[in-house]
Amino acid sequence: MTTASISVSETPLVLYTLRRADDALILGHRLSEWCGHGPMLEEDMALANMGLDLLGQARELYSYAAGVEGQGNDEDKLAYLRDVRQYRNLLLLEQPNGDFAHTMVRQFFYAAFADLYWRAMMKSSDATLAAIAAKSEKESAYHLRHSSEWMVRLGDGTEQSHARAQTAIDDLWAFTGEMFEVDDSERGLIDAGIAVDPAMLHPQWLKTVLSVVSEATLTLPKSDWMQQGGRSGRHSEHLGHLLSELQSMQRTFPGVTW
Amino acid sequence: MVTAVFNDDALRQRAWDVAARVVDPEIPVLTIADLGVLRDVTISDGRVEVAITPTYSGCPAINMITLEIELALEREGFRNSKVRTVLSPAWTTDWMSEDGRRKLREYGIAPPLAGSSRRALFGALEVACPQCGSENTEVLSEFGSTSCKALWRCKNCREPFDYFKCH
Repeated sequence: MTTASISVSETPLVLYTLRRADDALILGHRLSEWCGHGPMLEEDMALANMGLDLLGQARELYSYAAGVEGQGNDEDKLAYLRDVRQYRNLLLLEQPNGDFAHTMVRQFFYAAFADLYWRAMMKSSDATLAAIAAKSEKESAYHLRHSSEWMVRLGDGTEQSHARAQTAIDDLWAFTGEMFEVDDSERGLIDAGIAVDPAMLHPQWLKTVLSVVSEATLTLPKSDWMQQGGRSGRHSEHLGHLLSELQSMQRTFPGVTW
Repeated sequence: MVTAVFNDDALRQRAWDVAARVVDPEIPVLTIADLGVLRDVTISDGRVEVAITPTYSGCPAINMITLEIELALEREGFRNSKVRTVLSPAWTTDWMSEDGRRKLREYGIAPPLAGSSRRALFGALEVACPQCGSENTEVLSEFGSTSCKALWRCKNCREPFDYFKCH
């Protein structure tokens, strides 16, 4: 027996909060997949720690989205009982872990964005989002530092690590544009001072990325074609597989606790 | 009326003292008052309400701390107390008491430095070894056994140690 998916009334603020909650949950889950498989004990702990930070952010955001929606949903229902097309996360964050270089490049591209994003969100006119941002920006600063150090270590390391890091950059670059995408629903929130206009963050993001990538003796692809779809629920094949694992318990034994 | 207010004050102080003795389950040498996690205690209709703030978003200790506060208050005769979590203002290591810093050091954990270095992309910190006091130390991992700690090593006495990250 399985549990049917819930429906969510996606007002602009609910949708906006869900998108960020899904980002944090999906990347956090990806990092948790490394648990017990890290290349060394310290790194295993680092990845699990960052996964935990993201899970904590996701819980705060889901709880807030559920409260704003006011339809009796809660953080657990939003995480466990929405289907793949109802997920609103960035495509970048659902990409498989791949090798360690892929995980680090994905982490670096996102952390360089999240760090700027949460700092800007601290000025949101929405008190709850501003409070969540104030906690998250402290965590993302560490995530950015950690992944930046790995970018340099891998890129400016051996021939093998350099080649793998460059391949990861080339593979993941087309997913970075989605971080700066704005639709009509978000435009209203930006005008109201609730949301941040991500376009304002792009120059600084690119500056950080370029400086670390060049320090790492790596290069960014020339192509500026960008893949989109995650924000409106059109995902890569990988998310469905991820969710089937993440949700299997609640789908099989509805409401189970232990 | 005056008496009631006065009693509430006394009650509040007693409840604060009880809650303030609850320790962090992961660093049992620190109380939640030392950490700055205990934010407020209020009394309404004779019921105690305690406000705490999480250290990190995903800190699993917060559920345990909530339960420990409720149990401690129950043991002291405060019935139906309530613990709520406040996010704002966000917790910072600057709230840790001097007493807390000393206790951490004696326990073998280097206390947090001032928060300014957190933003440096490739930050160079000078963390003193809690064992021998030497500043000839190096970072092993930015992430340690719990969310709030990093793993360091002293190059002088060769001891690895935990450093409580600034936040």
